[in-house]
Amino acid sequence: MSFVKKLKAHEFNLFKGNKPLLGRLDIELTERCNNNCIHCCINKSEYDSDALTKEMSTDFVKEILTEAERIGCLSVRFTGGEPLLRNDFQDLYLFARRLGMKVILFTNARLITEKLAEMFVKYPLGHAIEVSVYGMRTESYDSVVRQDGAYTEFHEGVSLLLKHKVPFIVKGPKFKFLKEEQDEFITWAESIPSMDKKPGYSMNFDLRHRRDDPEKNAIIKKLRLTPEETVSILTNNPLYLNSMGEFCSNFIGPPGDKLFKCGAGKSICIDSYGNAQLCLPLRCPDNVVSLHKVSLKIALQESFKGMQEIKAKNPEYLRRCAICFLNGLCEQCPAKSWVEHGTLDTPVEYLCDVAHAQARFLGLISDDENAWEVNDWKVRVKRFVAIHGPAI
Amino acid sequence: MDVKLNVVYVPSEGVVARVIEDELIIVPLIAGIGDADDELYTMNETGKAIWLSLDGIKTLKDIAVDLSDKFNASPSIIEQDVIGLIEELTSRKMVVSLS
Repeated sequence: MSFVKKLKAHEFNLFKGNKPLLGRLDIELTERCNNNCIHCCINKSEYDSDALTKEMSTDFVKEILTEAERIGCLSVRFTGGEPLLRNDFQDLYLFARRLGMKVILFTNARLITEKLAEMFVKYPLGHAIEVSVYGMRTESYDSVVRQDGAYTEFHEGVSLLLKHKVPFIVKGPKFKFLKEEQDEFITWAESIPSMDKKPGYSMNFDLRHRRDDPEKNAIIKKLRLTPEETVSILTNNPLYLNSMGEFCSNFIGPPGDKLFKCGAGKSICIDSYGNAQLCLPLRCPDNVVSLHKVSLKIALQESFKGMQEIKAKNPEYLRRCAICFLNGLCEQCPAKSWVEHGTLDTPVEYLCDVAHAQARFLGLISDDENAWEVNDWKVRVKRFVAIHGPAI
Repeated sequence: MDVKLNVVYVPSEGVVARVIEDELIIVPLIAGIGDADDELYTMNETGKAIWLSLDGIKTLKDIAVDLSDKFNASPSIIEQDVIGLIEELTSRKMVVSLS
Protein backbone atom coordinates (compact mmCIF):
# COMPACT_ATOMS: atom_id res chain seq x y z
CA MET A 1 0.00 0.00 0.00
CA SER A 2 1.36 3.47 -0.84
CA PHE A 3 0.79 6.25 1.62
CA VAL A 4 2.30 8.96 -0.57
CA LYS A 5 0.80 10.32 -3.75
CA LYS A 6 2.71 12.36 -6.29
CA LEU A 7 0.77 15.16 -8.01
CA LYS A 8 1.25 18.28 -10.09
CA ALA A 9 -0.01 21.43 -8.37
CA HIS A 10 -3.14 21.70 -10.52
CA GLU A 11 -4.14 18.12 -9.69
CA PHE A 12 -4.78 18.86 -6.05
CA ASN A 13 -8.41 19.12 -4.96
CA LEU A 14 -7.65 21.96 -2.69
CA PHE A 15 -7.40 24.55 -5.46
CA LYS A 16 -10.92 24.00 -6.64
CA GLY A 17 -13.56 26.47 -5.53
CA ASN A 18 -12.50 29.44 -3.42
CA LYS A 19 -10.00 27.75 -1.17
CA PRO A 20 -7.34 28.36 -0.19
CA LEU A 21 -7.50 32.15 -0.10
CA LEU A 22 -4.43 32.61 -2.29
CA GLY A 23 -3.00 30.03 -4.69
CA ARG A 24 -0.41 32.14 -6.44
CA LEU A 25 1.31 35.44 -5.81
CA ASP A 26 3.04 37.73 -8.31
CA ILE A 27 5.75 40.00 -6.95
CA GLU A 28 7.37 42.62 -9.13
CA LEU A 29 10.64 42.86 -7.25
CA THR A 30 11.72 45.97 -9.14
CA GLU A 31 10.63 48.12 -12.07
CA ARG A 32 14.29 48.79 -12.80
CA CYS A 33 15.85 46.86 -15.62
CA ASN A 34 19.28 46.47 -17.16
CA ASN A 35 17.55 46.47 -20.56
CA ASN A 36 15.79 49.43 -22.12
CA CYS A 37 13.60 47.59 -24.60
CA ILE A 38 11.89 49.64 -27.25
CA HIS A 39 8.53 48.03 -26.55
CA CYS A 40 8.61 47.74 -22.76
CA CYS A 41 5.51 48.68 -20.81
CA ILE A 42 7.10 49.11 -17.39
CA ASN A 43 10.88 49.47 -17.16
CA LYS A 44 12.85 52.14 -15.40
CA SER A 45 16.61 52.54 -15.62
CA GLU A 46 18.58 50.15 -13.41
CA TYR A 47 20.26 53.26 -11.96
CA ASP A 48 17.00 55.00 -11.08
CA SER A 49 17.80 55.95 -7.48
CA ASP A 50 14.30 57.24 -6.78
CA ALA A 51 12.78 53.89 -7.74
CA LEU A 52 15.47 52.06 -5.80
CA THR A 53 14.77 54.06 -2.65
CA LYS A 54 11.06 53.36 -2.82
CA GLU A 55 11.33 49.62 -3.52
CA MET A 56 10.14 47.16 -0.90
CA SER A 57 12.83 46.25 1.60
CA THR A 58 14.03 42.68 2.00
CA ASP A 59 12.17 42.36 5.29
CA PHE A 60 8.95 43.70 3.81
CA VAL A 61 9.04 41.21 0.95
CA LYS A 62 9.70 38.43 3.46
CA GLU A 63 6.68 39.54 5.51
CA ILE A 64 4.52 39.35 2.41
CA LEU A 65 5.85 35.91 1.55
CA THR A 66 5.29 34.72 5.13
CA GLU A 67 1.71 35.91 5.13
CA ALA A 68 1.13 34.44 1.68
CA GLU A 69 2.35 31.07 2.93
CA ARG A 70 0.02 31.29 5.91
CA ILE A 71 -3.02 31.77 3.65
CA GLY A 72 -2.14 28.83 1.42
CA CYS A 73 0.00 30.27 -1.36
CA LEU A 74 1.92 27.51 -3.13
CA SER A 75 3.67 29.47 -5.84
CA VAL A 76 5.24 32.92 -6.24
CA ARG A 77 6.29 34.60 -9.47
CA PHE A 78 9.25 36.96 -9.26
CA THR A 79 9.15 39.45 -12.10
CA GLY A 80 10.11 43.04 -12.90
CA GLY A 81 11.82 45.00 -14.54
CA GLU A 82 14.65 42.57 -14.07
CA PRO A 83 14.26 40.76 -10.72
CA LEU A 84 17.89 39.61 -10.63
CA LEU A 85 18.91 43.26 -10.24
CA ARG A 86 17.88 43.00 -6.60
CA ASN A 87 20.94 42.42 -4.42
CA ASP A 88 18.77 40.35 -2.12
CA PHE A 89 17.38 38.10 -4.85
CA GLN A 90 19.15 34.97 -3.62
CA ASP A 91 17.99 35.65 -0.06
CA LEU A 92 14.38 36.15 -1.16
CA TYR A 93 14.46 33.13 -3.43
CA LEU A 94 15.69 30.78 -0.72
CA PHE A 95 13.25 32.33 1.75
CA ALA A 96 10.32 31.59 -0.57
CA ARG A 97 11.54 28.07 -1.25
CA ARG A 98 12.03 27.31 2.45
CA LEU A 99 8.46 28.42 3.06
CA GLY A 100 7.49 25.60 0.72
CA MET A 101 6.66 27.76 -2.26
CA LYS A 102 7.64 27.03 -5.81
CA VAL A 103 9.13 29.98 -7.66
CA ILE A 104 8.43 31.17 -11.18
CA LEU A 105 11.19 33.49 -12.41
CA PHE A 106 10.87 35.88 -15.36
CA THR A 107 14.26 37.19 -16.45
CA ASN A 108 16.36 38.33 -19.40
CA ALA A 109 19.13 36.01 -18.13
CA ARG A 110 21.83 38.68 -18.43
CA LEU A 111 22.55 38.48 -14.71
CA ILE A 112 22.66 34.70 -14.37
CA THR A 113 25.96 33.87 -12.68
CA GLU A 114 27.71 30.61 -11.88
CA LYS A 115 26.64 31.06 -8.24
CA LEU A 116 22.98 31.59 -9.14
CA ALA A 117 22.94 28.66 -11.51
CA GLU A 118 24.45 26.43 -8.80
CA MET A 119 21.79 27.63 -6.38
CA PHE A 120 19.05 26.74 -8.88
CA VAL A 121 20.58 23.28 -9.20
CA LYS A 122 20.73 22.72 -5.46
CA TYR A 123 17.33 24.32 -4.77
CA PRO A 124 15.26 23.82 -7.94
CA LEU A 125 12.56 26.40 -8.63
CA GLY A 126 9.74 23.97 -9.26
CA HIS A 127 9.01 25.70 -12.56
CA ALA A 128 11.14 26.29 -15.63
CA ILE A 129 12.68 29.79 -15.66
CA GLU A 130 11.09 31.97 -18.34
CA VAL A 131 13.75 33.79 -20.33
CA SER A 132 12.79 36.63 -22.66
CA VAL A 133 14.77 36.73 -25.89
CA TYR A 134 15.05 39.93 -27.92
CA GLY A 135 17.08 38.83 -30.93
CA MET A 136 19.30 36.07 -32.18
CA ARG A 137 22.47 38.07 -32.68
CA THR A 138 24.29 41.06 -31.28
CA GLU A 139 23.00 43.59 -33.80
CA SER A 140 19.34 42.73 -33.43
CA TYR A 141 19.34 42.01 -29.68
CA ASP A 142 21.28 45.09 -28.67
CA SER A 143 19.17 47.31 -30.93
CA VAL A 144 15.96 46.15 -29.23
CA VAL A 145 17.23 46.41 -25.67
CA ARG A 146 19.38 49.45 -26.42
CA GLN A 147 22.29 48.28 -24.30
CA ASP A 148 25.71 47.52 -25.77
CA GLY A 149 26.99 44.12 -24.75
CA ALA A 150 23.55 42.90 -23.72
CA TYR A 151 23.45 40.02 -26.18
CA THR A 152 26.81 38.71 -24.99
CA GLU A 153 25.62 38.74 -21.38
CA PHE A 154 22.31 37.11 -22.31
CA HIS A 155 24.17 34.41 -24.20
CA GLU A 156 26.48 33.79 -21.26
CA GLY A 157 23.53 33.59 -18.89
CA VAL A 158 21.70 31.08 -21.04
CA SER A 159 24.91 29.08 -21.48
CA LEU A 160 25.21 28.80 -17.71
CA LEU A 161 21.64 27.56 -17.43
CA LEU A 162 22.35 24.95 -20.09
CA LYS A 163 25.67 23.96 -18.54
CA HIS A 164 24.07 23.36 -15.15
CA LYS A 165 20.92 21.82 -16.68
CA VAL A 166 18.64 24.36 -15.01
CA PRO A 167 15.26 24.02 -16.75
CA PHE A 168 14.18 27.11 -18.68
CA ILE A 169 11.90 28.06 -21.54
CA VAL A 170 12.23 31.00 -23.90
CA LYS A 171 9.76 33.49 -25.26
CA GLY A 172 10.02 36.77 -27.07
CA PRO A 173 8.34 39.71 -28.75
CA LYS A 174 7.49 39.52 -32.43
CA PHE A 175 8.83 42.52 -34.29
CA LYS A 176 8.19 43.06 -38.00
CA PHE A 177 11.78 44.19 -38.47
CA LEU A 178 13.10 40.90 -37.02
CA LYS A 179 10.86 38.65 -39.09
CA GLU A 180 13.84 36.94 -40.74
CA GLU A 181 15.11 35.73 -37.33
CA GLN A 182 11.87 33.98 -36.38
CA ASP A 183 12.71 30.60 -37.90
CA GLU A 184 16.17 30.73 -36.37
CA PHE A 185 14.64 31.53 -32.96
CA ILE A 186 12.20 28.62 -33.18
CA THR A 187 14.92 26.20 -34.28
CA TRP A 188 17.18 27.30 -31.43
CA ALA A 189 14.29 27.09 -28.94
CA GLU A 190 13.60 23.51 -30.03
CA SER A 191 17.17 22.61 -29.14
CA ILE A 192 16.66 23.60 -25.49
CA PRO A 193 16.09 20.38 -23.52
CA SER A 194 13.41 21.80 -21.24
CA MET A 195 11.31 23.36 -24.03
CA ASP A 196 8.33 21.05 -24.41
CA LYS A 197 6.36 23.33 -26.71
CA LYS A 198 6.90 26.20 -29.15
CA PRO A 199 8.10 29.48 -27.60
CA GLY A 200 5.48 31.95 -26.45
CA TYR A 201 5.46 35.42 -27.92
CA SER A 202 3.92 38.86 -27.54
CA MET A 203 2.91 41.03 -30.47
CA ASN A 204 0.04 43.28 -29.41
CA PHE A 205 2.25 45.16 -26.98
CA ASP A 206 0.77 46.94 -23.98
CA LEU A 207 1.26 50.66 -23.65
CA ARG A 208 3.06 51.92 -20.56
CA HIS A 209 1.35 50.47 -17.50
CA ARG A 210 1.95 53.58 -15.43
CA ARG A 211 0.77 55.92 -18.21
CA ASP A 212 4.03 57.74 -17.67
CA ASP A 213 5.53 58.18 -21.13
CA PRO A 214 3.42 59.36 -24.10
CA GLU A 215 6.49 59.38 -26.38
CA LYS A 216 7.24 55.76 -25.58
CA ASN A 217 3.57 54.92 -26.14
CA ALA A 218 3.80 56.34 -29.65
CA ILE A 219 6.76 54.03 -30.34
CA ILE A 220 4.97 51.02 -28.87
CA LYS A 221 1.93 51.67 -31.04
CA LYS A 222 4.12 51.66 -34.16
CA LEU A 223 5.72 48.37 -33.09
CA ARG A 224 2.40 46.60 -32.60
CA LEU A 225 1.42 44.16 -35.30
CA THR A 226 -1.64 45.20 -37.27
CA PRO A 227 -4.80 43.13 -36.86
CA GLU A 228 -4.14 41.51 -40.25
CA GLU A 229 -0.55 40.69 -39.34
CA THR A 230 -1.77 39.27 -36.01
CA VAL A 231 -4.21 36.97 -37.77
CA SER A 232 -1.55 35.91 -40.23
CA ILE A 233 0.74 34.81 -37.40
CA LEU A 234 -2.00 33.09 -35.40
CA THR A 235 -3.27 31.17 -38.39
CA ASN A 236 0.23 30.01 -39.27
CA ASN A 237 -0.27 27.49 -36.50
CA PRO A 238 -1.82 24.35 -38.06
CA LEU A 239 -3.68 23.74 -34.78
CA TYR A 240 -5.23 27.21 -34.74
CA LEU A 241 -8.69 26.29 -36.04
CA ASN A 242 -9.07 23.32 -33.72
CA SER A 243 -7.85 25.28 -30.73
CA MET A 244 -10.31 28.06 -31.60
CA GLY A 245 -13.08 25.49 -31.88
CA GLU A 246 -12.35 24.36 -28.36
CA PHE A 247 -11.99 27.94 -27.14
CA CYS A 248 -15.28 29.08 -28.66
CA SER A 249 -17.15 26.17 -27.17
CA ASN A 250 -16.11 27.30 -23.68
CA PHE A 251 -15.21 30.97 -23.48
CA ILE A 252 -16.99 33.09 -26.05
CA GLY A 253 -20.08 35.20 -25.29
CA PRO A 254 -21.11 38.70 -24.12
CA PRO A 255 -19.73 39.64 -20.69
CA GLY A 256 -22.48 41.99 -19.50
CA ASP A 257 -21.72 45.14 -17.56
CA LYS A 258 -19.59 43.56 -14.81
CA LEU A 259 -16.00 44.52 -15.56
CA PHE A 260 -13.90 41.99 -13.65
CA LYS A 261 -14.99 38.68 -15.08
CA CYS A 262 -11.44 37.66 -15.79
CA GLY A 263 -10.67 36.21 -12.37
CA ALA A 264 -8.62 39.24 -11.36
CA GLY A 265 -8.37 39.46 -7.59
CA LYS A 266 -8.35 35.70 -7.06
CA SER A 267 -4.59 35.84 -7.18
CA ILE A 268 -2.74 39.01 -6.30
CA CYS A 269 0.08 41.07 -7.75
CA ILE A 270 2.40 43.20 -5.67
CA ASP A 271 4.20 46.07 -7.37
CA SER A 272 7.75 47.07 -6.50
CA TYR A 273 6.58 49.49 -3.82
CA GLY A 274 4.25 47.24 -1.87
CA ASN A 275 0.95 47.98 -3.56
CA ALA A 276 -1.38 45.06 -4.11
CA GLN A 277 -3.04 45.03 -7.50
CA LEU A 278 -5.80 42.94 -9.00
CA CYS A 279 -3.47 42.11 -11.87
CA LEU A 280 -0.03 43.16 -13.03
CA PRO A 281 -1.00 45.87 -15.57
CA LEU A 282 -3.80 47.47 -13.51
CA ARG A 283 -2.11 50.26 -11.56
CA CYS A 284 -5.01 52.70 -11.33
CA PRO A 285 -4.58 54.41 -7.92
CA ASP A 286 -8.25 53.75 -7.09
CA ASN A 287 -7.79 50.02 -7.57
CA VAL A 288 -4.61 49.30 -5.65
CA VAL A 289 -4.15 48.72 -1.94
CA SER A 290 -0.99 49.52 -0.04
CA LEU A 291 0.28 46.56 1.92
CA HIS A 292 2.05 49.09 4.14
CA LYS A 293 -1.45 49.85 5.43
CA VAL A 294 -3.43 46.60 5.18
CA SER A 295 -2.48 42.94 5.27
CA LEU A 296 -2.52 40.65 2.26
CA LYS A 297 -5.47 38.79 3.75
CA ILE A 298 -7.53 41.96 4.19
CA ALA A 299 -6.63 43.08 0.67
CA LEU A 300 -7.94 39.79 -0.73
CA GLN A 301 -10.96 39.33 1.52
CA GLU A 302 -12.17 42.90 1.74
CA SER A 303 -10.51 45.48 -0.48
CA PHE A 304 -10.57 43.47 -3.70
CA LYS A 305 -13.95 41.85 -3.08
CA GLY A 306 -15.69 45.16 -3.64
CA MET A 307 -13.65 45.93 -6.75
CA GLN A 308 -14.76 42.71 -8.39
CA GLU A 309 -18.34 43.98 -8.34
CA ILE A 310 -17.55 47.15 -10.30
CA LYS A 311 -19.84 47.67 -13.28
CA ALA A 312 -19.23 49.61 -16.45
CA LYS A 313 -20.84 53.03 -16.77
CA ASN A 314 -19.38 54.30 -20.03
CA PRO A 315 -22.26 54.32 -22.54
CA GLU A 316 -19.88 53.38 -25.38
CA TYR A 317 -18.71 50.30 -23.44
CA LEU A 318 -22.31 49.34 -22.67
CA ARG A 319 -23.28 49.80 -26.31
CA ARG A 320 -20.40 47.68 -27.58
CA CYS A 321 -18.22 45.59 -25.29
CA ALA A 322 -20.88 44.61 -22.76
CA ILE A 323 -22.98 42.90 -25.44
CA CYS A 324 -20.25 41.74 -27.81
CA PHE A 325 -19.95 37.96 -28.20
CA LEU A 326 -16.25 38.25 -29.05
CA ASN A 327 -15.54 38.71 -25.35
CA GLY A 328 -12.95 36.06 -24.56
CA LEU A 329 -11.44 36.36 -28.02
CA CYS A 330 -10.94 40.10 -27.45
CA GLU A 331 -8.33 41.24 -24.94
CA GLN A 332 -10.45 44.16 -23.77
CA CYS A 333 -10.35 44.30 -19.99
CA PRO A 334 -10.23 46.97 -17.24
CA ALA A 335 -6.43 46.85 -17.16
CA LYS A 336 -6.07 47.40 -20.90
CA SER A 337 -8.64 50.18 -20.76
CA TRP A 338 -6.76 51.82 -17.90
CA VAL A 339 -3.44 51.59 -19.68
CA GLU A 340 -4.85 53.04 -22.91
CA HIS A 341 -7.36 55.57 -21.61
CA GLY A 342 -7.04 56.04 -17.87
CA THR A 343 -10.49 54.57 -17.21
CA LEU A 344 -11.65 51.01 -16.61
CA ASP A 345 -14.45 50.89 -19.15
CA THR A 346 -13.39 52.48 -22.43
CA PRO A 347 -13.26 50.26 -25.52
CA VAL A 348 -9.70 49.85 -26.79
CA GLU A 349 -10.03 50.22 -30.56
CA TYR A 350 -6.82 48.35 -31.37
CA LEU A 351 -7.94 45.28 -29.41
CA CYS A 352 -11.41 45.52 -30.95
CA ASP A 353 -9.87 45.55 -34.42
CA VAL A 354 -7.66 42.54 -33.63
CA ALA A 355 -10.61 40.55 -32.30
CA HIS A 356 -12.77 41.46 -35.29
CA ALA A 357 -10.01 40.46 -37.71
CA GLN A 358 -9.83 37.05 -36.05
CA ALA A 359 -13.61 36.68 -36.06
CA ARG A 360 -13.72 37.46 -39.78
CA PHE A 361 -11.05 34.89 -40.52
CA LEU A 362 -13.00 32.32 -38.50
CA GLY A 363 -16.15 33.15 -40.46
CA LEU A 364 -18.01 34.23 -37.32
CA ILE A 365 -18.81 37.66 -38.76
CA SER A 366 -18.78 39.16 -42.25
CA ASP A 367 -16.51 41.99 -43.38
CA ASP A 368 -19.06 44.74 -42.77
CA GLU A 369 -20.42 43.49 -39.44
CA ASN A 370 -19.67 44.72 -35.94
CA ALA A 371 -19.77 41.77 -33.57
CA TRP A 372 -21.76 43.67 -30.93
CA GLU A 373 -24.60 44.05 -33.45
CA VAL A 374 -24.86 40.32 -34.16
CA ASN A 375 -27.95 38.76 -32.61
CA ASP A 376 -27.60 35.18 -33.80
CA TRP A 377 -24.09 34.69 -32.41
CA LYS A 378 -25.02 31.46 -30.65
CA VAL A 379 -26.04 29.87 -33.94
CA ARG A 380 -22.83 31.03 -35.60
CA VAL A 381 -20.63 29.79 -32.77
CA LYS A 382 -22.46 26.45 -32.70
CA ARG A 383 -21.90 26.05 -36.43
CA PHE A 384 -18.21 26.89 -36.05
CA VAL A 385 -17.73 24.54 -33.11
CA ALA A 386 -19.54 21.75 -35.00
CA ILE A 387 -16.87 21.97 -37.68
CA HIS A 388 -13.76 22.78 -35.65
CA GLY A 389 -14.63 22.05 -32.04
CA PRO A 390 -13.58 19.10 -29.91
CA ALA A 391 -15.02 15.73 -30.97
CA ILE A 392 -17.87 14.64 -28.70
CA MET B 1 17.58 0.22 4.80
CA ASP B 2 15.58 -1.58 7.51
CA VAL B 3 13.23 0.60 9.45
CA LYS B 4 13.27 -0.08 13.18
CA LEU B 5 10.53 0.86 15.61
CA ASN B 6 12.91 1.99 18.33
CA VAL B 7 14.40 4.72 16.17
CA VAL B 8 13.42 8.38 15.96
CA TYR B 9 12.78 9.69 12.46
CA VAL B 10 12.38 13.31 11.42
CA PRO B 11 11.46 15.04 8.17
CA SER B 12 14.56 15.59 6.05
CA GLU B 13 15.84 19.08 5.38
CA GLY B 14 15.22 18.43 1.72
CA VAL B 15 11.47 18.92 1.99
CA VAL B 16 9.03 21.45 3.38
CA ALA B 17 5.74 20.18 4.77
CA ARG B 18 2.70 22.41 4.52
CA VAL B 19 -0.83 21.89 5.73
CA ILE B 20 -3.19 23.80 3.44
CA GLU B 21 -6.93 23.49 4.07
CA ASP B 22 -6.29 20.36 6.09
CA GLU B 23 -4.35 18.70 3.28
CA LEU B 24 -0.73 17.80 3.94
CA ILE B 25 1.50 18.79 1.04
CA ILE B 26 5.18 17.92 0.88
CA VAL B 27 7.18 20.31 -1.29
CA PRO B 28 10.65 19.17 -2.37
CA LEU B 29 13.22 21.82 -1.48
CA ILE B 30 16.45 20.35 -2.76
CA ALA B 31 17.30 18.47 -5.90
CA GLY B 32 16.94 14.72 -5.96
CA ILE B 33 13.72 14.38 -3.99
CA GLY B 34 11.09 14.22 -6.71
CA ASP B 35 11.21 12.79 -10.20
CA ALA B 36 10.23 16.08 -11.77
CA ASP B 37 10.65 19.64 -10.62
CA ASP B 38 6.96 20.49 -10.64
CA GLU B 39 5.76 17.61 -8.49
CA LEU B 40 4.32 17.84 -5.03
CA TYR B 41 3.42 15.05 -2.65
CA THR B 42 0.44 14.41 -0.47
CA MET B 43 -0.45 11.58 1.88
CA ASN B 44 -3.51 9.67 2.87
CA GLU B 45 -4.98 10.19 6.33
CA THR B 46 -2.84 7.51 7.95
CA GLY B 47 0.30 8.90 6.39
CA LYS B 48 -0.63 12.41 7.47
CA ALA B 49 -1.22 11.34 11.06
CA ILE B 50 2.13 9.58 11.22
CA TRP B 51 4.00 12.44 9.53
CA LEU B 52 2.59 15.00 11.94
CA SER B 53 3.83 12.84 14.82
CA LEU B 54 7.47 12.96 13.70
CA ASP B 55 8.54 15.44 16.37
CA GLY B 56 12.17 14.41 16.74
CA ILE B 57 11.51 12.97 20.21
CA LYS B 58 9.15 10.01 19.82
CA THR B 59 10.35 6.72 18.40
CA LEU B 60 8.24 5.02 15.77
CA LYS B 61 7.06 2.66 18.51
CA ASP B 62 5.86 5.64 20.58
CA ILE B 63 4.04 7.02 17.57
CA ALA B 64 2.39 3.69 16.87
CA VAL B 65 1.18 3.45 20.48
CA ASP B 66 -0.22 6.99 20.39
CA LEU B 67 -2.03 6.43 17.12
CA SER B 68 -3.33 3.07 18.18
CA ASP B 69 -4.94 4.78 21.21
CA LYS B 70 -6.16 7.71 19.16
CA PHE B 71 -7.78 5.64 16.43
CA ASN B 72 -8.69 2.71 18.63
CA ALA B 73 -6.88 0.41 16.25
CA SER B 74 -4.78 -2.69 16.71
CA PRO B 75 -1.18 -1.76 17.64
CA SER B 76 0.27 -4.35 15.26
CA ILE B 77 -1.63 -2.93 12.31
CA ILE B 78 -0.59 0.62 13.18
CA GLU B 79 3.01 -0.53 13.52
CA GLN B 80 2.83 -2.05 10.06
CA ASP B 81 1.48 1.23 8.69
CA VAL B 82 4.18 3.22 10.44
CA ILE B 83 6.95 1.00 9.12
CA GLY B 84 5.42 0.97 5.64
CA LEU B 85 5.20 4.77 5.51
CA ILE B 86 8.68 5.36 6.87
CA GLU B 87 10.12 2.87 4.39
CA GLU B 88 8.42 4.75 1.59
CA LEU B 89 9.47 8.15 2.89
CA THR B 90 13.05 6.98 3.43
CA SER B 91 13.26 5.72 -0.14
CA ARG B 92 12.04 9.14 -1.30
CA LYS B 93 14.57 10.88 0.99
CA MET B 94 11.77 12.67 2.80
CA VAL B 95 12.69 11.43 6.29
CA VAL B 96 15.95 10.60 8.02
CA SER B 97 16.71 8.69 11.19
CA LEU B 98 18.22 10.56 14.14
CA SER B 99 20.33 7.64 15.30
